[in-house]
Amino acid sequence: MTRKPFFLRSPSVLVVLAILATGTAAITLLSAAYGSGVVPTSTVKVLGMTLCLALAALATDLVWGYLGILSLGQMAFFALGGYMIGQWLMYARTETIVAANLAQGAIPPTAQELQDATANQIFGVVGSADLPLVWSFAHSLPIQLLLVVAVPGLLALVFGWLAFRSRVNGVYLSILTQAMTLALALWLFQNDSGFRGNNGLSGLQNIPGLEDVDQARLSVWFLWASTLALGVFYTMAAWIVSAKFGSVIRAIRDDETRVRFLGYPVEGFKLVVFTLAAMITAIAGALYYPQAGIINPAELMPIASIYLAVWVAIGGRGRLYGAVIGAIVVSLLSSWFTGGRAPSLHLPGYTVNWVDWWQVALGLSFVLVTLFAPKGIAGLVDLIDRKGDRT
Amino acid sequence: MPHLPRVLRRALVACAVAYGLSALPALANPQLQSVIADNLDQIERPSRLTVEPLVSEIAATGPEGMALLTAWADRRLALSADGQLLIVDGDTITDAATGDPVMDADPKMLRPNSGVRGVIEAALVVSQIAAADPAVRAAALDAIARQGSADHLAALRTAPTDPDPMLAARRARLEHLLTIRYGTDPATRVAAIEAMSGDVDLDVRAALNPVLSTTRMAAMAPPEGANIARELTVGTSVLPREAAYDLLKSQGDAEPLLSGPAQRDALAAHIVDGRVGGVPVAELRDPAARDRAYAALEAEGTVAPAATQAEADSAVDAYRYFDVYTEPSAAVTDAAEEAQSHAQMKLGAMRGVDLGLDALSLASIYFLAAIGLAVTFGVMRVINMAHGEFIMMGAYTAYTVQTLIPNRTLSLLVALPLAFIVTAFAGIVLYRLVIRHLAHRPLETLLATFGVSIALQQLAKNIFGTQARPLTAPAWLEGSITINDVISISSIRVAIFVLALVFLALFLFIMKRTRLGLEVRAVTQNPGMAASMGINPDRIAMMTFGLGSGIAGIAGVAIGLFAQVTSELGQGYIVQSFMTVVVGGVGNIWGTLAGAALIGGLSKVIEFVNPANTLAAQTFMILFIIIFIQFRPRGIIPQKGRAAEM
Repeated sequence: MTRKPFFLRSPSVLVVLAILATGTAAITLLSAAYGSGVVPTSTVKVLGMTLCLALAALATDLVWGYLGILSLGQMAFFALGGYMIGQWLMYARTETIVAANLAQGAIPPTAQELQDATANQIFGVVGSADLPLVWSFAHSLPIQLLLVVAVPGLLALVFGWLAFRSRVNGVYLSILTQAMTLALALWLFQNDSGFRGNNGLSGLQNIPGLEDVDQARLSVWFLWASTLALGVFYTMAAWIVSAKFGSVIRAIRDDETRVRFLGYPVEGFKLVVFTLAAMITAIAGALYYPQAGIINPAELMPIASIYLAVWVAIGGRGRLYGAVIGAIVVSLLSSWFTGGRAPSLHLPGYTVNWVDWWQVALGLSFVLVTLFAPKGIAGLVDLIDRKGDRT
Repeated sequence: MPHLPRVLRRALVACAVAYGLSALPALANPQLQSVIADNLDQIERPSRLTVEPLVSEIAATGPEGMALLTAWADRRLALSADGQLLIVDGDTITDAATGDPVMDADPKMLRPNSGVRGVIEAALVVSQIAAADPAVRAAALDAIARQGSADHLAALRTAPTDPDPMLAARRARLEHLLTIRYGTDPATRVAAIEAMSGDVDLDVRAALNPVLSTTRMAAMAPPEGANIARELTVGTSVLPREAAYDLLKSQGDAEPLLSGPAQRDALAAHIVDGRVGGVPVAELRDPAARDRAYAALEAEGTVAPAATQAEADSAVDAYRYFDVYTEPSAAVTDAAEEAQSHAQMKLGAMRGVDLGLDALSLASIYFLAAIGLAVTFGVMRVINMAHGEFIMMGAYTAYTVQTLIPNRTLSLLVALPLAFIVTAFAGIVLYRLVIRHLAHRPLETLLATFGVSIALQQLAKNIFGTQARPLTAPAWLEGSITINDVISISSIRVAIFVLALVFLALFLFIMKRTRLGLEVRAVTQNPGMAASMGINPDRIAMMTFGLGSGIAGIAGVAIGLFAQVTSELGQGYIVQSFMTVVVGGVGNIWGTLAGAALIGGLSKVIEFVNPANTLAAQTFMILFIIIFIQFRPRGIIPQKGRAAEM
């Protein structure tokens, strides 16, 4: 049997790439930095961040929709990626400022003095003046970039190995991933964990070395980077799931025991996908937080990961484009409704103020989607597809 | 010298007045009169050093003398123009010697200084210990216990034995404590310490601490004749090198070390033509260059010489370090150390008991919160993420009831069943509308119930607002049961423990003794087989869901009694409840009980080991659970039979 070329097997990839490219090009031409300025910089940032969330949703879909593990810990990896890049962003920028200050003294500072002053500047807010051990490499961009994938990858590897080898699955596994995320969040909330407690890392929107590039241009650059990352990983994910590997993991989702009896190392497959998804999520986080400007442990409270799963479910899990659609649609809708810009709904006798009622509507719509449209928004594509098949 | 508290003085005055009245027929105390007449000068201008014989002389004259002394110490004694001693008590003025009321006097108030008053009060206490009225003796002991002195010790030793055994025991105890503190003879002090050994009360610990206080010193050789507690090794956590160097500095045995900023400032002050001590300023980026420059300045004599790190190190190493007891007698300190460690062991055991009580109450709450989750998971294999919101719903039900019924006890009695009914109803509605349609899709159920959870949370916010609502416990539940200084538990927690026991019993009864329980167990073990035996699994699932949700509502009331009611109340307990279920194992109430005990006990123990950081405690607990699951993936009490394979 000859296999069809990759793009013919997965036509959705070309469509998604085309839409992404067109959309990004359009936003660029409408942006303040490179075009007419119709789209304000803040909106460009929101769009860039939304693409990062879509990338995280894509990774979630990979483990949930294809492998059958509902991971409620994806935001842990997302935030860890953000923290890793944030360390460099914050350290390098603070160091530049501190060096400029110290240079005004009569005597040039020693390397130690510079480091101490920087540490004092960063950690003064949590009552410490020493650079924690976890910040040892904060001065180096390449090492921190490596850590962006290495730390979440390692965490996923260790956690996954422990969980899968003891055959924890189903809701147990979901709860366990949630517990892991909560443990990490609580640890980060501590002032002495080395990540500034609930202050988090801030000022991340200023990129060291690019001080003379204004935020308008930076936002467009990050939009491009986010688009590129989403495009690359979408293609990669589509390639993985369309290959034999993809068939195996879908089989694991549908009947794990049978796949194990057929001789496949089920735990190994699970571990590879889980770790890969964690790394993709971490990269998404590393692109997200420089656009958001601030990261703190509240970002990885369990509820955030559940929202990620909600987006995937609403978009349609088990399809990569479903996850992307869900994340983009729901997160944009959420920020519109909770931003206070949505017009209130005037019912007889009561005015629905969306800031108060959006959560209720979201929760209920989510129940409705699970009950009546298990395929999510992407299920609509099937309707079109089926018509195409008939003709 | 201590001043007697007002209450005691009043008691004494009352007593003295009583004596005075009984002595009224005699009208006067000639002995006292003569003492007063002889010593009027000294009474007017007493001196602390010489007043003592006079005070004992007055005290020896009887109750009138005591009344005089009390008034004197109280600054209520006055001298009339014609040399008459008067006791002023508000508007009434009496003659101190005769007890006769005095009219129209314009007395000069006597104001003895605090030293004199101390001597007088000590004399008063001495006589009070021997007083006939037990209340006066007890008050005297109280006064000594509050602030004992060496004088009191002498008084306690010489006073006649107290006829009341309780007071005698208290007095013996006080005498021991004062001996430990003020005794002069080491042998009696050792005996006193040994008598008190094993007593964990605060006053004993307070008496032992000064005996065991040490001072730290550095010396070339062990100090002669000093009572050395221990020799310290430099570089340990007890004595880091910096602390050792600071000690040397404070003893005047070492120069201050030159700190980085001080060196920098000194260098900056001596820049000449872009150079410091011949070193170009640009090179001072390097610490070695800074040292060179400073050494050059030192050589020139422009800056004060300061110790370098190497000099500091050799100085620190040259000395030996000792903790020396301020108490000179080794026998006393040894006995005190032993008594101290004995007390510490007993204290440790008591703290253990206290911790156990805390853990028990926490476990009760987790049990109440988790039991509903466990039973629904056992029967339907679904996890209800809205369980936490049912807890919240129970708490808000109780809050609403409380606003309607002002009587706290009554409102609590109404709230408990009402919370059960409200949340059980909500649970049944949730089951009928959502969960029933998602049978055999546990992950979808998890997410759908999560949707319900966020909707309910926001609804609660919209209805009750975001601020915390207090739920006040009835008066009989406030306060705590205190066993001693260490062990105590609040009544609410005891009540919650009882509540958990009641529901454990109720649950066991339903499961083991009723038709419903039988059917629930059948469905849990094998739903297919149960259905073919004529049991309606759908109905059973609905009933269990209602029961589980209802108990969550009860848990909500219990939690609301000691925590504030907010819309996020359930969120705080939901993860712990999940952990309880996961650790305990599903489908078995004993598993849930074991899980709750483990989680509750563990979190209290971790909190105890690391009290400053509750966040770290939770992190460690969750990590422990993740590791625990490695060894018992199906919980402490795993489900057996075919259901376990699902």
